[in-house]
Amino acid sequence: MNRPIVLFAFTTAMLVFAEPCFAGKIFVSNEKDNTVTVLDTDTYEVIATIPVGRRPRGVILSPDYKELFVAAGDGDIMDVIDTATLKKSRELESGPDPELMAVDPKGEKIYIANEDDSLVTIMDIKSGDVLGEVPVGVEPEGMAVSPDNKYTVATSESTSMAHVIDNEKKKLIANVLVDSRPREAKFTADGKELWVSSEVGGSISVIDPATWKVTKKITFEVPGVRPELLQPVGMDFTKDGKQLFVALGPANRVGVIDTATKEVKDYILVGQRPWHGELSPDGKKYFVANGLTNDITIIDVDSLKPEKSVPVGRLPWGVAVMP
Amino acid sequence: MSVGPVSRDVRFAVALSSLLTVLALSGVSLAEEAQAPTPAPAAAAKPAVAPSPAAPAQGGEAAAPNAPALVKIPVYYLGKRYPEPLPLSYAERPVLDKGIQGARMYAKQANKSGAFVGMGFDLIEAIVPENGDVVAKAREILKKGDALIVADLEPQDLLAVADLPEAKNSVIMNIRSSAEALRQEDCRPNVFHIIPDWAMRADALGQYFIVKKWPRWLVIRGDSAADKDYLAQIQRTAKRYGGKIVQEVVYPYPPGSRNTDSGYQQVQAQIPMVTEQTPDHDVIWVIDTDEFFGDYLPYRTYKPDLVVGTQGLQALAWDKSYTEYGSMTFQNDLFKLTKRDATERDYTAWLGVRALTDAAMRAGKTSVPDIKQFILSKDFNLEGHKGVALNFRPWDHQMRQPIILGGGTRTIVSKSPQEGFLHEKNVNDTLGYDEPETKCKFH
Repeated sequence: MNRPIVLFAFTTAMLVFAEPCFAGKIFVSNEKDNTVTVLDTDTYEVIATIPVGRRPRGVILSPDYKELFVAAGDGDIMDVIDTATLKKSRELESGPDPELMAVDPKGEKIYIANEDDSLVTIMDIKSGDVLGEVPVGVEPEGMAVSPDNKYTVATSESTSMAHVIDNEKKKLIANVLVDSRPREAKFTADGKELWVSSEVGGSISVIDPATWKVTKKITFEVPGVRPELLQPVGMDFTKDGKQLFVALGPANRVGVIDTATKEVKDYILVGQRPWHGELSPDGKKYFVANGLTNDITIIDVDSLKPEKSVPVGRLPWGVAVMP
Repeated sequence: MSVGPVSRDVRFAVALSSLLTVLALSGVSLAEEAQAPTPAPAAAAKPAVAPSPAAPAQGGEAAAPNAPALVKIPVYYLGKRYPEPLPLSYAERPVLDKGIQGARMYAKQANKSGAFVGMGFDLIEAIVPENGDVVAKAREILKKGDALIVADLEPQDLLAVADLPEAKNSVIMNIRSSAEALRQEDCRPNVFHIIPDWAMRADALGQYFIVKKWPRWLVIRGDSAADKDYLAQIQRTAKRYGGKIVQEVVYPYPPGSRNTDSGYQQVQAQIPMVTEQTPDHDVIWVIDTDEFFGDYLPYRTYKPDLVVGTQGLQALAWDKSYTEYGSMTFQNDLFKLTKRDATERDYTAWLGVRALTDAAMRAGKTSVPDIKQFILSKDFNLEGHKGVALNFRPWDHQMRQPIILGGGTRTIVSKSPQEGFLHEKNVNDTLGYDEPETKCKFH
């Protein structure tokens, strides 16, 4: 085991010195390895492999890209990585079993879903102080802050609701019932729609934040794939907002949805068990982490074709990208 | 109709497209604060009659300062303290609260979730002693009207309760018995089965052995009614998946006491005698529902042998080693509550309460017939840490579910249905009795 690590460090050093790169970085959390793999957005070479707490899943960058937050579920902590040095700089006491989180647009607060306690913890990013806790449904997971910073949404996997928190009052103002086991929530850039993926329900609910009602449900269908395998998990809007990519877990595909018509326009075959993805800084590529094949698939956004697979650590789960 | 492990089947793909369920829009949103539920004492419970509490949302900032008045719905846990089979190891503590603990756990969770939609659930524990009259207890419950019942009962008692005229429109969740007849000749329209039957268990293991190319099974069995029931289903599995029972041996030694000063020596001598004169086989399939001898088999057989069945590798709805799809929440919560590991019956009881309370919440209804109607509708898709939505087969009310292969191991070995076993409608229907073979007639 020692040897590959030494080699790794060597190649890393070579790369860093060879090219003081202006390229971006792709961060991939490896659930089984307890590491975060860092890749170069141009060459897809591994720049670094950062050891983190046990069972890292959710990864998110601060809006200024200076820090990467890594939820280490088994470690009951949130690791913070300095994106310049690619080293762990500090820890946040996230509470037990953190899984996904969201940062407000100003980068001041982080909202963390505490799965075991049915709580959303609101934390000051700088100090790590807990600013508040909001009780939500059972097993909260997906988190999203609205672009205007007014609302934060938490999805509860067991209660199967999207819980809407008023950020100023730190109180729940609405609870929207969706299909079974909601995993992720995303606001559109204009804040006019909230999309929630339901893994076991096999659907995406589109919610109108003016009324907090479900206005549309999107389901999936692939000939030759058992319907129960079409399990939407991670979602990302393209930079122009015209499409949404959704990882379909055991179906080994990424679905592409036209955000205007809410129709599924394509299915892209990727590695096994894709979980979460992220777009490249220029919006031209989409990187999705394949849980069972230990790699990420790079999708070309214009052609909607998978271009390449790049190996990362074991059981990759979350992806974050910085310019 | 289910088919064997054939290559990708074309008609499967055709059937599939017509079967994708498009879920109706069912967004219910409420503008209110969550409030910690306060379950009322059992005695205060009354049958729920109120209309749908799922009022439309006011949305936005119109947050009501107080939680809505909760509509209280009683859920009964009807059980009897039957003598439990003791674990074969004298060092293992018998668990006497299997089931009820899982029910308590979900009742708490249901109240947390229910608070968001104005519903509360009272779990009312009605467990009679070993010599108690469970039918009289049921009558007492049913005096108040149709009831939601989680039944921790053996087949005879279950049927006696289900056949009460006043139980006709109640919903009874069987969380205990795998008896085949309850799904076949003795099926009842008011009974639903959360726990897998013997046929599902036999098929779940059988599929795995076919995939492994271990088709020759030596059966060593006890002779109780449940043992014979399981045997019949293994024979059925052999026939439908191309397995072969090479021989069937009734275990010859009486069980006796568990704790002995002479320890393991005699058993070590006996087991090779039972397994020596047997035809070639790939696995020993042990059937010992009473836990008299099954755990003696591993490592003591004449030849090196794999042991599967009621001991060794088992087909289960739940196991303490299962960790996927959020199931650690279940494992941790149960341990917090009981200071012991979860058992299968804790899970089936948990899921029984969940089926009833989720149906009430999703339907936005509180009357028992309305809840039953929702459970039987295509909108009923229960989450139960299995990675797929769970629901009931309309032809015999057996819950469709993936089956865990584990139990004798520290991590699960696999989960059935196995890859390659195809079905034109629902792959979970490759486990157990499918519609064309059912002997159940509800009317």
